[in-house]
Amino acid sequence: MDKTRYELNKELAQMLKGGVIMDVTNAEQAKIAEAAGACAVMALERIPADIRKVGGVSRMSDPRLIKEIQAAVTIPVMAKVRIGHFVEAEILEALEIDYIDESEVLSPADDIYHIDKANFKVPFVCGAKNLGEALRRIAEGASMIRTKGEPGTGDIIQAVRHMRLIQSEIRRVSSMREDELYEAAKQFQVPLDLLKQVHELGKLPVVNFAAGGVATPADAALMMKLGAEGVFVGSGIFKSGDPAKRAAAIVQAVTNFNDSALLAKISENLGEAMVGINEEEINLLMAQRGE
Amino acid sequence: MTIGLLALQGAFIEHEKVLQSLGVDYFEIRQLSDLSKKMDGLILPGGESTAMGKLLKDLELFSPLRKMIEDGLPVFGTCAGLILLAKTLENDSRIFFQTMDITVKRNAFGRQLASFMKLDFFGDKEIPMIFIRAPYIHSVGANVQVLSSFDGLILAAREKNMLVTAYHPELTKDTTVHQYFLEMIKNR
Repeated sequence: MDKTRYELNKELAQMLKGGVIMDVTNAEQAKIAEAAGACAVMALERIPADIRKVGGVSRMSDPRLIKEIQAAVTIPVMAKVRIGHFVEAEILEALEIDYIDESEVLSPADDIYHIDKANFKVPFVCGAKNLGEALRRIAEGASMIRTKGEPGTGDIIQAVRHMRLIQSEIRRVSSMREDELYEAAKQFQVPLDLLKQVHELGKLPVVNFAAGGVATPADAALMMKLGAEGVFVGSGIFKSGDPAKRAAAIVQAVTNFNDSALLAKISENLGEAMVGINEEEINLLMAQRGE
Repeated sequence: MTIGLLALQGAFIEHEKVLQSLGVDYFEIRQLSDLSKKMDGLILPGGESTAMGKLLKDLELFSPLRKMIEDGLPVFGTCAGLILLAKTLENDSRIFFQTMDITVKRNAFGRQLASFMKLDFFGDKEIPMIFIRAPYIHSVGANVQVLSSFDGLILAAREKNMLVTAYHPELTKDTTVHQYFLEMIKNR
């Protein structure tokens, strides 16, 4: 991928900042998400909560479904591929998808190698639990990062853990002497030039969103306060009692995450939140897929 | 001089960095109470116009901001900001402020694969232009001045107090368009 294309892909992520990217499973849900103020939608056959429930191998969505969703909305449409499954990614590129999520939510296709994302023209977003993972994905060509969290649980604890760890590792790298970066690059198992960029910028060189377990406006605002530049909401919206209302409230919460009076107002009477599963009740930890 | 930046969603921080580099004061507009601060100009940034439009209405910012623009407040819209100001959208029924006499096509070049960068003219100066899932202006009213165009597509224009670009000057190091906007404010 040439440098200009990579810059353009990073810049699309910049346009998504301060926004909410919502999981949708059909054109109708995509329209609800767009009308509620989503800045992009993630097209998938089953939301993570149902993937968890149904079990079995989870794969890229049917291209027909993706095309229907692309036709239904004007905002960017993203879709997921299995970790390492570069042919699924080639198919999504042929569909002119706006962003590919190489995602631990689906069953991994490769337990060693991630997709060589630098070979693609379309942009990629990848999950990360810590700074090392984030920078390895960027080295492979990802132009946007999100926390892994624990998808489909409605439990925010893992997203909080991942965001706090990434931010604290960034702060640690920022405060290093330059001659300490060589050893740090070895410890983090990342390329030195990317670590130097983190050292200079005091942040990741690409946009960083929160994902995995966001179910309420308060969850979304919490992630923004911890340093997220925007939020993915997966099962939290369409597994709740009143999806349109909850979606619009989460959108407002991301914009005004610092205003607790407004958060109190928009959190009122949202109907039932998704039921959720606690961390210790989960059999399958998706976040451990792909290091 | 103080600029108000619509900071509901999108790439407003990039505009803030340009204003910092030019030594101009600014504040973010996230809710109605922010409009009590005095501003000499308004920037509508890039992002998703549908998301911003929804938030403008939910947060009750829509009518007061439209009134300020109609009353002559200098405003600069990039990409989604251009869509927010357009009187007519060629391929979308969702319209917003409708204060500027331009007809706009949304996502006019295609999806992200069609995003591009090129050098071209803003007025008589060549500048880098970044187009991200960009719109273009299909036609303009009699009082609209065209400031950038290529292949018959209008990519920057001005009508009275309103300046729009389909591209993102805030993503480049070139401050020509921002400086033009600051001159508009000074000469108001």
